[in-house]
Amino acid sequence: MGLSAEDIQRLAHLARIDVDSHAIRDVQAKLDAILGLIDELQAIDTTGVAPMAHTQDVVLPLRDDVVTERDNHMLYQKQAPAVADGLYLVPKVIE
Amino acid sequence: MRTIAELSDALHARRVSSVELVAQALARIDAAQPTLNAFITVDAEGALERARSADGELAGGDARPLTGIPIAHKDVLMTAGMRTTCASRMLASFVAPYDAHVVSKLRDAGTVLVGKTNMDEFAMGSSTENSHFGPARNPWNTECVAGGSSGGSAVAVAAGLVPACTGTDTGGSIRQPAALSGICGLKPTYGLCSRYGLIAFASSLDTPGPLAHDALDCAFMLNAMAGHDARDSTSLARPAVDYVQALRANAGARPLAGLRIGLPSEYFGDGVDGEVAAAVDAALAELRKLGAVTVDIALPAVKYSVPVYYVIAPAEASSNLSRFDGVRYGHRAERYADLADMYKKTRAEGFGPEVKRRILVGTYVLSHGYYDAYYLKAQQVRRLIADDFQRAYGRCDVIAGPTTPTAAFCIGDKADDPVQMYLNDIFTVAANLTGMPAMSIPCGTTTGGLPIGLQLQANHFAEARLLQVAHRFQQVTDWHLRAPPARSKTTVADSHEAARATQP
Repeated sequence: MGLSAEDIQRLAHLARIDVDSHAIRDVQAKLDAILGLIDELQAIDTTGVAPMAHTQDVVLPLRDDVVTERDNHMLYQKQAPAVADGLYLVPKVIE
Repeated sequence: MRTIAELSDALHARRVSSVELVAQALARIDAAQPTLNAFITVDAEGALERARSADGELAGGDARPLTGIPIAHKDVLMTAGMRTTCASRMLASFVAPYDAHVVSKLRDAGTVLVGKTNMDEFAMGSSTENSHFGPARNPWNTECVAGGSSGGSAVAVAAGLVPACTGTDTGGSIRQPAALSGICGLKPTYGLCSRYGLIAFASSLDTPGPLAHDALDCAFMLNAMAGHDARDSTSLARPAVDYVQALRANAGARPLAGLRIGLPSEYFGDGVDGEVAAAVDAALAELRKLGAVTVDIALPAVKYSVPVYYVIAPAEASSNLSRFDGVRYGHRAERYADLADMYKKTRAEGFGPEVKRRILVGTYVLSHGYYDAYYLKAQQVRRLIADDFQRAYGRCDVIAGPTTPTAAFCIGDKADDPVQMYLNDIFTVAANLTGMPAMSIPCGTTTGGLPIGLQLQANHFAEARLLQVAHRFQQVTDWHLRAPPARSKTTVADSHEAARATQP
């Protein structure tokens, strides 16, 4: 199966990545090649095989419900592109 | 003198100071940077300050084995107050607000951080060509790739810039550049070294580990890096192992007597270059001389490792990298129409082509209607692969084979063909999918003078055994001692020795 230009645009939208219209053909060709590689999996019989999400049979621990972190927002917000009054600034979403 | 073991002895005997070693490392990094491009950031001033403090500890007699040893971290590990870029335009000016767990552990062990090494962007790649800062170059032949994604770390060690570096391994990113650059690289068991502060690519696979000249130095590094960390929910609490001590024991002429080495037919097929296969065969002959026996094993599902990996890793990446949206940190596009457009343009500008490709593939395999066919299927086949290895470890103690199908390829050769690039990881990805430890050690060179790596794998938490096998091999061979042509063989400590030797 091959991806259409519309498929690429849909994926690009879902992934929130702008794909230039002149780059679509190249993206399409490379994604098709990668999907060709991973499509090999379809031929394998995995009936009754439990999916493996972790490399070992361990139960993820819960830590005690206590505050362990200091308030670091000033430090972290030094990295932000736009901040005011301790808030991250983004373009207006509601008119 | 170039290994941690040798430098540590010299530091403790006060034959050389940390300031001298660090100054020498900085001078070498400076000299090598235009040709090798191993570093993204160098912190000369901070490094010398840390070295002075290490010299104070050494003078005070309370130094540890790694006190004063210069090292570098892969630029995917957060270093407080120091730029941490992931070799991406997205984070080109990002200064980490805190240290990764392994970074703080190595600092607490006394190492002196000199800088951050080059890599494939967000650790996605097998050649360090996908770096926003340009490719790292192989010191054995600068027309060739250094491997990746921890290419800068491998080059920094291979070229003798620093004795050891950290790397991270998601599908082979420590072992493959180690093999291509002629050094040792160890990917520990998943969960042994904390991922806290490792900027996530594929969380179920990412593993920090050391790159160094030999097994003993990998053991020194692993001693400092391993250990439980509550801040990583997948970090495992285990009794501490002294990996250095495990190598110190005296051994007879047949130190590997009783060791069973499994040879999977899948690792010795047509896809392997003839010179690589011959070097691996010769290494196996050495291991047999040391007392090991080899047994033929089969890993029938391992042939699906690459397709499984290229579903699971991009799926996890597409989720992990959604955090780079131009709001809280990193690059933000200058021109955009609205919020959605800001995200899209920020990510289009901030990410390079391979990162975007993997995010798109990950988005696809997780999208409605495809999740079961790809992601769930890949997780099931992942279990089949893990079951194969568990069965195999009933019949052998370690598994050996080539780390990569070929030695280093030329820069640019595979850059436009992602699938060809992915197939470079064919022997390394299974250890990530299963979470088992694996290491690459040098075992030969091609007629063109390029290094060849032997991969040793073992069951969960068998790092000590892997290091022992590698160490015994290195006690009777000299592949790990060979230096690339460009490397200066004289060190500060050596010149001190020479000066002392010529004194009347």
